[in-house]
Amino acid sequence: MLKDITLGQYFPGDTPVHNLDPRTKLLLTVVYIAGLFTVNTWGGYALVFAALCAVMAVSRIRPRALVKGLKPLVFIIVFTAVLNLFFTAGDDILFQWRFIRVTQTGLKRAVAMVLRVLFLVSGTFLLTYTTSPLAITDGLEKLLGPLKKLHVPVYELSLMMCIALRFIPTLIEETDRIMSAQKARGADLETGTLPERAKALLPLLIPLFISSFRRADELALAMECRCYNGGEGRTRMKQLHMTWRDAAAFVLGALFVGAILLLRRLGI
Amino acid sequence: MSLIELRGLTHVYSQGTPFEKTAIEGLDLTLERNATVGLIGHTGSGKSTLISHLNALLKPTAGTVLLDGEDVFASKASIRAARFRVGVVFQYPEYQLFEETVAADIAFGPKNLKLPQPEIDRRVAEAAAFVGLGEDTLTRSPMELSGGQKRRAAIAGVLAMEPELLVLDEPTAGLDPAGREDLLEKLFAWRQARQAAVLLVTHDMTIANRCDRLVVMSEGKIVMDGAPAEVFARGGELTAIGLDLPAPALIAELLRRRGVAVPAGVYTADQLYDAILALRGEGGAPC
Repeated sequence: MLKDITLGQYFPGDTPVHNLDPRTKLLLTVVYIAGLFTVNTWGGYALVFAALCAVMAVSRIRPRALVKGLKPLVFIIVFTAVLNLFFTAGDDILFQWRFIRVTQTGLKRAVAMVLRVLFLVSGTFLLTYTTSPLAITDGLEKLLGPLKKLHVPVYELSLMMCIALRFIPTLIEETDRIMSAQKARGADLETGTLPERAKALLPLLIPLFISSFRRADELALAMECRCYNGGEGRTRMKQLHMTWRDAAAFVLGALFVGAILLLRRLGI
Repeated sequence: MSLIELRGLTHVYSQGTPFEKTAIEGLDLTLERNATVGLIGHTGSGKSTLISHLNALLKPTAGTVLLDGEDVFASKASIRAARFRVGVVFQYPEYQLFEETVAADIAFGPKNLKLPQPEIDRRVAEAAAFVGLGEDTLTRSPMELSGGQKRRAAIAGVLAMEPELLVLDEPTAGLDPAGREDLLEKLFAWRQARQAAVLLVTHDMTIANRCDRLVVMSEGKIVMDGAPAEVFARGGELTAIGLDLPAPALIAELLRRRGVAVPAGVYTADQLYDAILALRGEGGAPC
């Protein structure tokens, strides 16, 4: 069922992680990624994994949800692993059969790359799992605020993102409804050759386009009726506030980076 | 044998996630041929979920759907057969129109049935005639039609499949009173002519009281099932689950509360008229 697609993948909750300011979470995610890419020791990977588990435990995101999110990435992960495993040069050959050669350096690098991709994706998933898409948009807009000075249309961009996110569920619902209606008339969307299937999508896409145009029209009208005239001088109903929790989170983030740098220096 | 039988039907959405929701639970229902059944219930009572099971669009979490005594979900072929034997017109069906001409859109269902072209043409003409779309309309683009005409074109698209059970979800929503009356008459005429079964999902009590049988849903369960007279006699219970009464039944109920002995089971204007006349005949001026 289309309804089961978790787009935006937000799991509502009331945990310290959920309640952090979205700006804090965005910045810390960037810090986390930067930290992850400086790691070059097994001790460092263990630390990143521990941090990931800690955030997961505090935000009460079930590991199963994370695993489910990682499933579509299996191909990329396997690809990365294979590429590094067989195409790394080195003298410490572990295994050789005709032109296939596995070196110890290659094996190590493959494992490290897989861990890196896994941790990278998991970290960003934790952000989207615990932060509603609207909060992320709000946070991004605030963070990118200084770019307004350079005439970057930050407000318009965030409004577009906001509307796009807002209408994803509506469009999914609409698609679901049109799909049901056409299936009820015997449309066959699941079987057939590729050209046949592409053609079978027409009864779905045409009504969807028509209704999207209609919705855009209605939304523009509704905005105009409420005297919408752009971002200038607009205030917000939900103000973002940094609290002691955010300060604490930043301190933890700093400790995380410090620990990674220390491990790197020590080479553990 | 009854046409369709639901046994212990349960449907849970998004099972295993925080969004899990039980839409219908342990529901039993049989529908017979040649009858118009009204399905009423407030928003979110599970009506739409229920009808999506009738043509195998949704697979029940538990329970079975029997069509002529055979399990609809037995095989892919039986699922497909159910799609064609049970025609479902969803809410606001005009949004599903997509072809270049009205005729081509009505022909979409019969074409999927892989019928020969002359048979498709016959069905398109017949279905269009039933809903009152003229020859000249058939060659126009569905996007040029008025709201009411679009609705009728979409319904014709399902009628052209000549289903044994026709399910309509709020077929008259958003139509003006004249358009509503017109559409209903056409649907009743179609049912008469084809001796088919019709299931009407509605909020509108003036439609409900024209059905042969009424099924009332609340919280994913069937709470009442019977002739309109029986159902509307339990007016208090209906209003308690957030449903309206037809105007005559409401007047009768209000009169009863004022101590006028209007008999139970009055739900049409004629019955109310007779009941009040009878009371006057006994000498008691009603108000």
